[in-house]
Amino acid sequence: MRIRLNGEEIDTTAKDLAALIEDRGFDVAGVATALNGEFVPRGLRAETTLAEGDAVEVLRPMQGG
Amino acid sequence: MVDFYGRTFESRLLLGTARYPSPEALGQAVARSGAQIVTVSLRRESAAGAKAGQAFWELVKALGVTILPNTAGCHSVREAVTTARMAREVFGTPWIKLEVIGDDVTLQPDPFALVDATRALVAEGFEVFPYMTEDLVLAEKLVEAGCRVLMPWGAPIGTGRGLNNPYALRLLRRHFPGITLVVDAGIGAPSHAAAAMEMGYDALLINTAVATAGDPPAMAEAFAEAIRAGRRAHEAGLMEPTDLATASTPTFGAPFSPFAG
Repeated sequence: MRIRLNGEEIDTTAKDLAALIEDRGFDVAGVATALNGEFVPRGLRAETTLAEGDAVEVLRPMQGG
Repeated sequence: MVDFYGRTFESRLLLGTARYPSPEALGQAVARSGAQIVTVSLRRESAAGAKAGQAFWELVKALGVTILPNTAGCHSVREAVTTARMAREVFGTPWIKLEVIGDDVTLQPDPFALVDATRALVAEGFEVFPYMTEDLVLAEKLVEAGCRVLMPWGAPIGTGRGLNNPYALRLLRRHFPGITLVVDAGIGAPSHAAAAMEMGYDALLINTAVATAGDPPAMAEAFAEAIRAGRRAHEAGLMEPTDLATASTPTFGAPFSPFAG
């Protein structure tokens, strides 16, 4: 299915958010996730299923002022 | 000591972590300034899963300082609240420097969205550090919403123009004696920082003026010294300026004067 990951269109076979994070090689404990603009806590990623056209954000610490 | 939501700190300088020429310059700037709190952001991981930024985060963790995450770049209540929730999970802190930008040219905060987002976040247990304009009524609303820290701008972010509206900043200080007040944004020189501290501000948040200096660690130290000097002057009690000259040398006993006794 096609989803938007951090603003980029990608194809994925991941069924849920936890699988997507694993598949993409993200640092599971070091990132925070949101689905369609809503925060998804780490503990709920596995039960958060993905659907065609979903927008996923995966954020990590960066420089800031 | 300065108090942020019940936690006290010796240093009154909060440092941003962006725009340094190198990670070493950032590390040395924090060390030489004695800053105990640094600001960080959350940004998109590359979609390829490159774990970009991991080195940055490892460096910041190794500094052993307290982290103040921001919601920089958010333009709506929803974006800011979601980003704050994400930051709380990643950084493990209820602190959030709340930025909701209302104007892209000046990066002026949106006061209406700021109050709404503050109310939502306080209800969820966040301790909010709102990046705000120097508006007195906005400050009232934020305090009513639960803020114990306010962060009015000196000038737009990154401009280095200093304190654009010292009158309003003084009013805020007088109006909120029990609130921790931090000038955030627009500070360009240590003299600006000293001026804010002389007014009785509790702390300053500085990024660009240090990070883009020729020698960032030296500039960080200069800011720390200015902040200490300004604070000490405030505590010592500054004289009131007057329009007319007053001789500092006693007039009694002045020579060659028929009037001086």
